[in-house]
Amino acid sequence: MTDRAAESAAGAAEAWAPSELELERRLTRKRASRRSVLIALVSTVVFAAVAGWLVLSSPGWADVQQAFFNPEIAKDSFPKILEGLWLNIRVLFFATIAVAVVATLLAVMRSLRGPVWFPLRALATGYTDLFRGLPVLIVLYLVGFGIPALNPENRISVAVLGTVGITLCYSAYVAEVLRAGMEAVHPSQRIAARSLGLSHAKTLRLVVIPQALRKVVPALMNDFVSMQKDVGLISVLGAVDAVRAAQIATASTYNFTPYVVAGLLFVAMSFPMIRLTDHVSARMAAREQQGGTV
Amino acid sequence: MSVLELHDVHKLFGDNHVLKGVDLAVDEHEVVVVIGASGSGKSTLMRTINLIERVDDGRILLNGDDITDPDVDVDKVRARIGVVFQHFNLFPHMRVIDNVTLAARKVHGTAADVARDRAVGLLEKFGLGEKVEDYPDRLSGGQQQRVAIVRAIMTEPELLLLDEITSALDPMLVGEVLDLVRDLKAQGSTMLMATHEMSFARSVADRIVFMHGGRPLEVGTPEQIFGDPQRPETREFLARITHR
Ligand SMILES: Nc1ncnc2c1ncn2[C@@H]1O[C@H](COP(=O)(O)OP(=O)(O)OP(=O)(O)O)[C@@H](O)[C@H]1O
Ligand SMILES: [Mg+2]
Repeated sequence: MTDRAAESAAGAAEAWAPSELELERRLTRKRASRRSVLIALVSTVVFAAVAGWLVLSSPGWADVQQAFFNPEIAKDSFPKILEGLWLNIRVLFFATIAVAVVATLLAVMRSLRGPVWFPLRALATGYTDLFRGLPVLIVLYLVGFGIPALNPENRISVAVLGTVGITLCYSAYVAEVLRAGMEAVHPSQRIAARSLGLSHAKTLRLVVIPQALRKVVPALMNDFVSMQKDVGLISVLGAVDAVRAAQIATASTYNFTPYVVAGLLFVAMSFPMIRLTDHVSARMAAREQQGGTV
Repeated sequence: MSVLELHDVHKLFGDNHVLKGVDLAVDEHEVVVVIGASGSGKSTLMRTINLIERVDDGRILLNGDDITDPDVDVDKVRARIGVVFQHFNLFPHMRVIDNVTLAARKVHGTAADVARDRAVGLLEKFGLGEKVEDYPDRLSGGQQQRVAIVRAIMTEPELLLLDEITSALDPMLVGEVLDLVRDLKAQGSTMLMATHEMSFARSVADRIVFMHGGRPLEVGTPEQIFGDPQRPETREFLARITHR
């Protein structure tokens, strides 16, 4: 590069400051975005006011409030329900780890090529077909009352059985999501990896699965959120979780407020994950598209 | 009035000041070819004109309309510009005919049969008459790229942007695509294109723009740029690219 060109290039980089025109354009954009925020705000307030008025002015509101939104009962039942929720959280924790392991195994088993692997492939296919079709509740009943019946001597805690049931069901879903992700990785990627001399297993582990995971992260997070609430189903086995605690409180007060409390706690528990899912999806979308504005 | 005018256009990616005040005009029926080293901002220039990247300063006029105005309807602007990129980006789930007529039918509101007649006419003219009902993956790279060009000119855009349309192609297939571009020039299309094919640039361009350091460093007719480049950077670039 000659001195003159270097000089002018460096000079431009330092000297450049947005022109009047650009500053005016930025202002216009800012104004437009402020306007849309304002519109969103006004329409939300109007909407909430109308909805609130419709509910509060309905003739049965007083009774409903008494039966579902009783602050006294909410306060009394809260500690027990929170204690129950702690059980849900522990079940969720272990089930998540178990699902991650089992689902990955299932997905890899289904993706094995070659006739030798037929039995494994068939097994994995059969498993996912079966457990995706079975209602979670039925699986919980079968596991929760079936396994103890096999072995009446030593009792397994219902929380463990519940975890197993949830894991059985969700592994099947998550395995399918992972497999779909692996299949969505373009075949040319496999070919490129194999032609570098990577084995099938290494190709899967180093090239296919990392790309597949990236594609399915939003779907996986969605399954996690869904699992977060389905751990409430272990109450049918008699485990004293948040739902069961609410049920007990309801039975003693003849009031439905404890259920509302439990429901709100479940929502609160899933809220961070839901927001995180949105955030991750948005960030991935931003990274994948090269264009700033499309 | 020029079809396209750029006035002091800037583009930054973070600290990377890619376009540092580009001034450029393309007149009606003119073919302007942008050359320059890899990373000199040719693609970025094309993308700002197509409003895929937002300029950080300056103004772009399309037939006199300021398309960098924040209130402009970007879809309307894009509908006035035909674009072909390096990778054909045909929609794999649509037949050739549906790829070509998509914008006419769904954006410009052309009746399906009218769009179809015009598309078939164009495809036949450019030697793709056999492929009308095929899916893109049944076509060779050169054929796919020609379909992409037909798709871009289908709605008679005011300006055609072609970004390295042959660089993903087998050398054997480059010729057929470049012949198509020559045909378009003969018909009077207004084009701005980036390419590394110097001999082609020389034969098809009315004007050559050499991008260097974020600016058009030297602009002139092919004879001037290739025959008697004024700037040492231009000479160096041409020496490097022609003596490979
Ligand atoms: N989306 C983006 N984000 C960040 N930087 C980018 C982006 N697109 C381009 N750049 C940078 O802008 C510069 C110019 O890139 P551009 O693609 O315009 O070059 P080019 O002249 O088209 O090169 P080539 O001849 O190789 O196609 C490069 O330094 C590149 O790294
Ligand atoms: Mg480029």
